[in-house]
Amino acid sequence: MDTFVTIVQLAIAAAVINNFVLHYFVGICSFLGVSRRIDMALGMGLAVTFVMAIAGLLSWVFTYYLLRPFAPLPAWVWHMVGGDPGVTIDLSVLSYILYIFVIAASVQFVEMYIRKFFPGLYKAFGIYLPLITTNCAILFACLEIMKQLQDPTRLWGLGEALTLSIFGGLGYTLAIVLMAGIREEMDRCDVPRSLRGPGISLIVAGILAMAFMGFAGVDRAIETTFTVLMKK
Amino acid sequence: MSSSEPTAMERFINGILPENPIYRQLLGMCPTLAVTGAMKPAMTMAVSTAFVLIAANLMISLIRRLLKPHLRILIFTLTIATFVTITDRFLAAYLYEMSKALGPYVPLIIVNCIIISRCEICAATQGPFTAFCDGVGMSLGFALALASLATVREILGSGSWFGIMLLPKEWPHWTIMILSPGAFFALGLLLGLANWISRRRQEAAARQANEPY
Repeated sequence: MDTFVTIVQLAIAAAVINNFVLHYFVGICSFLGVSRRIDMALGMGLAVTFVMAIAGLLSWVFTYYLLRPFAPLPAWVWHMVGGDPGVTIDLSVLSYILYIFVIAASVQFVEMYIRKFFPGLYKAFGIYLPLITTNCAILFACLEIMKQLQDPTRLWGLGEALTLSIFGGLGYTLAIVLMAGIREEMDRCDVPRSLRGPGISLIVAGILAMAFMGFAGVDRAIETTFTVLMKK
Repeated sequence: MSSSEPTAMERFINGILPENPIYRQLLGMCPTLAVTGAMKPAMTMAVSTAFVLIAANLMISLIRRLLKPHLRILIFTLTIATFVTITDRFLAAYLYEMSKALGPYVPLIIVNCIIISRCEICAATQGPFTAFCDGVGMSLGFALALASLATVREILGSGSWFGIMLLPKEWPHWTIMILSPGAFFALGLLLGLANWISRRRQEAAARQANEPY
């Protein structure tokens, strides 16, 4: 039950409270670039969520077994070659390079999948699909997972890592779809000429961010509710 | 080198204002928005990005004849990731507080679109000296953009600049300017201002060209 509450809290925190786009400012490029029409925004959001889930899974596996301090695999190799047991092997210096490989591979996989099964969507994405590789949001999810695996006393399990990446991706989808909806309406508005295009989009994003600030504290409220329910 | 490509000097000048990475090309938005709550982190970010950009530009330019088209982007990102790792370790060793404050945004330099686009546009086709000048110019443009945004946000949000109090104590701190919505508002309005100025200048130039004498 405790785990369940933690997961729910984590999911809500990742999706709305600390929304990747509106709170951490990652993935702004695609947020401004692909948010012209709702259907494209939804497709892009789901593709990012999918890549993020795969990349989150892989980066958790690599970080847990290979990269973190006290990771089992390098420690075993160190033991086999007869190294000094007092030395801790810390390969986290390699993590950024490895994450880039993981993300590039996941994007390649998603690209192949979409090209095979959804050719229409593949054409609609165009250049933006390979550009997911350089989408900050995905690397950000990997880095958050890495941060939680640095301290050996309380490690994140695979469940937490997957929750963060999937719900982070859904939060990104939510933000980009909301933005696309607003921008479709804004086509009919009389925007000052200098602000047209990215300027007004950024200001609208600011208002959205302000609205999302209202979610602060929801995770604690959920915890309290669950504790009260458990007592009954 | 073909004559159609810009020379080193043009690359350098272009980076600062005419092709400013933030206000003109709208690249590298996430560090721009995230670290400009105050001047100090913004300038640390600008210097780190400058180091990575110049080093990656030089490196890519030196190996440009070996690049394979389909593996290009991957090579770019791996080169950048190497230099970012160096920067990250350096910051953690010598500026520990700052490295804590910047958090994930230092590693996120890897996916900064500015660097990848400069590698693609300039370093992959031109020689090391041109690539170096391009890197310096673009970094200056990026630093300028970060500084303008951070100045507005820090002065309005905490009444100080580089930690020095500028406004009187009675100044009601606009906390929103330090939080995330303020970043969006400030950048949106500054972008509008930049567009407005450049349009005014274009109109003035057009008027001058149409003068009867």
